[in-house]
Amino acid sequence: MPMKIQTRHLNFFYGSHQALFDNNLDIEERKITAVIGPSGCGKSTHLRTYNRIFQLYREQRAEGEILLDGKNLLSPGTDLLELRRKVGMIFQKPTPFPMSVFDNVAYPLRLHFHLKEQEIRERVEKALQGASLWDEVKDKLQASGLALSGGQQQRLCIARAIAAEPEVLLMDEPTSAIDPVATLRIEELMNSLRDAYTIVIVTHNMQQAARISDNTAFFYKGRIVEVGPTKEIFTNPKVKQTEDYITGRFS
Amino acid sequence: MKRKSLRKRKILDFLSRAFSFCAVLVAVAAMAGILWTVALHGWHALSLDFLLHRSAPFGSPGGIGNAILGTIAITLGASLVAIPLALLAGIYLSEYGHGRLALCLRFAANVLMGVPSVLVGLFIYTVVVVPAGHFSGMAGSLALAILMFPMILRTTEEILRMVPSSLREAALALGMSRQRAILGIVCRSAAPGLLTGILMAVARVSGETAPLLFTALFADSWLSGYFTQPTPSLPVLITEYTTNSPFPAMHAAGWGASLAVMALVLAINLSTRIFLRRKVR
Repeated sequence: MPMKIQTRHLNFFYGSHQALFDNNLDIEERKITAVIGPSGCGKSTHLRTYNRIFQLYREQRAEGEILLDGKNLLSPGTDLLELRRKVGMIFQKPTPFPMSVFDNVAYPLRLHFHLKEQEIRERVEKALQGASLWDEVKDKLQASGLALSGGQQQRLCIARAIAAEPEVLLMDEPTSAIDPVATLRIEELMNSLRDAYTIVIVTHNMQQAARISDNTAFFYKGRIVEVGPTKEIFTNPKVKQTEDYITGRFS
Repeated sequence: MKRKSLRKRKILDFLSRAFSFCAVLVAVAAMAGILWTVALHGWHALSLDFLLHRSAPFGSPGGIGNAILGTIAITLGASLVAIPLALLAGIYLSEYGHGRLALCLRFAANVLMGVPSVLVGLFIYTVVVVPAGHFSGMAGSLALAILMFPMILRTTEEILRMVPSSLREAALALGMSRQRAILGIVCRSAAPGLLTGILMAVARVSGETAPLLFTALFADSWLSGYFTQPTPSLPVLITEYTTNSPFPAMHAAGWGASLAVMALVLAINLSTRIFLRRKVR
């Protein structure tokens, strides 16, 4: 099994407070890896090191190694703009930009590539189809992205994230702010994306993790307690804490 | 458990609503009163000739055309200097500002905001007008720019701070540089608020009189040299005509000029808003 991301001895700090302790985790290529655990266990913090988005905040700091295709992305020489083109991210709340639906999806294309207008149009359509949003917005591409419903906005963000053809998609509780029907659509969408992308999803929803992921990592108090194929984690966990969590004995 | 009285809560709710409504009424009434008074006294002074001709010493027929042009030139000059600087400083404070430097800058802006506008006029008089040897429209612009700067700076910072950090993260996560994320996404989503802050500052200083008395002064001529000549303006014209003149005809002209100032500010405000709304859609 080829590994896309290999985390080695990752420690993470918010100022002087340590949030992650010696995390070691392998993310399989073109598979969906779910990251579960109770609130405040560090799963989002862990995810946010993969594209170094935490660096927006001065007091946050990561130590250790995260190998993306064998190269340590935490090293100072990493080009952040290139890293983030390769590693896209979807956030908990939809974050459409204050511009038209079309321009939202075209933004990363114009940012990273020299493309003719015709080609941008084709790629925007492809990305919107990839995010299964095309049929709903094809007649209102010039309408503001902010005018869409919550679920549509989240799929718009997915379209925007996949437009520049990243290799990895990070999803930080992508369905926790939208309704069950829209959630289902996004899960179907993730299913259709699984062959093309390496996906890491942080979720509070254990049924969701069980439904869509190939591998699952269980976090507790900043440590990775157990990692394995989702089926095994959910049917035959080796650690008692994991079992307690997935059977709902604590949350 | 003893229930709290529902009736009391409902009465309290009604009262607070009634009070806030009354407060709005007072504010609107004050504004309507000013508009009404100015319009009542000013409208019969207004005519095309009045708007298009230059002002003249008492006795000969004159208008306010030169003062309108002068006000536009002085305000435009002030805006060109103050708006870019204040926007950049506001962006710095909100997006990069931490530590002692930011604290000092914020404090300085607050102090500057509290400086009486007369003092700003005197300051420019001392450092620009006296060394140059002449009053000028540019000196007036500089004085107004100093007044505008802290106003726009603070509103810019406040408004950018209200943009959720998730939007910044989303922009950076696509591989945008910091600068592009701020200018292209954060400022764009805050644009209506930023514009309101700028317009308020422009409207506020375009009516300032005191700082212009020592800097741009006044002239009955058309604007002949923005950088070298005394430059007429509406606020100074109004002050001169209404407080320094015994003639009722000049008082009437002063009212007419007041109406023109208000119409000018309203026009700037409305046109920018309409323009922006069209652009956002």
